[in-house]
Amino acid sequence: MNGVHDMGGMDGFGKVEPELNEPMFHTEWEARVLAMVRALGAAGAFNIDTSRFYREALPPHVYLASSYYKKWLLGLEDMLIDKGFIGADEVKAGHASTPPKALKRGGFKVGDLERVMTRGKFGRTPQAPAKFKAGDRVRARNIHPLTHTRLPRYVRGHMGVVERDHGCHVYPDTAATESGENPQWLYTVVFDGQELWGAESDPTVKVSVDAFEPYLELA
Amino acid sequence: MAAPCDPQIAFTAAANGARYSTYPRSWAYPDRMTGHHDDHDHHHDHDHSDLSETELRVRALETVLTEKGYIDPAALDAIIQAYETKIGPHNGARVVAKAWTDPAFKQALLEDGSKAVGTLGHVSRVGDHLVVIENTPQRHNMVVCTLCSCYPWEMLGLPPVWYKAAPYRSRAVKDPRGVLADFGVSVPTDVEIRVWDSTAETRFLVLPMRPAGTEGWSEQQLAELVTRDSMIGTGFPKTPGAPS
Repeated sequence: MNGVHDMGGMDGFGKVEPELNEPMFHTEWEARVLAMVRALGAAGAFNIDTSRFYREALPPHVYLASSYYKKWLLGLEDMLIDKGFIGADEVKAGHASTPPKALKRGGFKVGDLERVMTRGKFGRTPQAPAKFKAGDRVRARNIHPLTHTRLPRYVRGHMGVVERDHGCHVYPDTAATESGENPQWLYTVVFDGQELWGAESDPTVKVSVDAFEPYLELA
Repeated sequence: MAAPCDPQIAFTAAANGARYSTYPRSWAYPDRMTGHHDDHDHHHDHDHSDLSETELRVRALETVLTEKGYIDPAALDAIIQAYETKIGPHNGARVVAKAWTDPAFKQALLEDGSKAVGTLGHVSRVGDHLVVIENTPQRHNMVVCTLCSCYPWEMLGLPPVWYKAAPYRSRAVKDPRGVLADFGVSVPTDVEIRVWDSTAETRFLVLPMRPAGTEGWSEQQLAELVTRDSMIGTGFPKTPGAPS
């Protein structure tokens, strides 16, 4: 979806402000939110793409005016309610009033810690040969899906060169809507800065994205 | 039609400025800054009243999830403790220092980051899709995630707020030298700047150039010079002898 989360190239947000000696969490609730998301993801309540989609789908003014973990909290609530794990009335009341829905891998317990500390595997067996190879000139397709996609707007319609092939990966566009892993070839595609930002822009810049095969066409 | 310098327009713009003065000042913590004009560094002092609503909401959610048996608060404590103690830039620094001293490891690392890091038992386990990218005198690499916050957690820990906030995500791909200037970093104009947008589950770690004057240093000494930002590409390793 063409949401405000797709920030590459936007103006007006001002300077980057690194914080000296930044703590890992700024409040205790941030840590609780992170842990809840990780635990429920490991328990199989949702996949990573679905959780991203729910954050992106927050109303634009809410997305922009919320801190990072606030977005995680709001996205998590919406997702759990939509998927029938909890009721909006329960969140409001602060207590459960209906029986739980079964989790794919059961409730998350202390003994399951290793599951969140090991990163998921996203590589999959190819369903078809790769269409592109390193060195191919490609164009990022001019597509505007209304649901989750990982092709940022700023490269759409632009020409780039395939630099690396990462093998076949879970396709976020279908995983996000729980329509299947639908594995697709994944490539690093490099664009000249001037192709993206015009002839007046810095000629020494190159930008790459990792693009799934359906995002690309031979140029 | 009014000319651009029409005083009426200037007046309207000023009025709009006033109307929007409660909009966030900081895109790092937009919800904290609303209506406040204190220094960024002092926001902890007045967080409480701003955030109590969120805090209550988080507690309510945790209670519901616990009562339903989806989670165990003790398991959340364990997750948080693990993040606080097991992951962090020290992992990435060990990998970088090893690459600086061991050419065969460096080659293996650039060929397959996950596999090479996997051979170092002491480093936290890394996912399958770590890609290590080498800075050279000809090319400076910088990593961003314009769409969200993708970052090599196992190597660098949880990302800092600036990495996840709008200013970095919006500008890194369009004006990387301007962003580097925000960090006080300058890369010569004859060096290519390569920005890697982390749009998939691949994770990128920058292998910075080894600082001059470190000949004969041990891996451990070298690791001390490797900063988090040098592995994101928004900084350089520390210089030997310089105050840290």
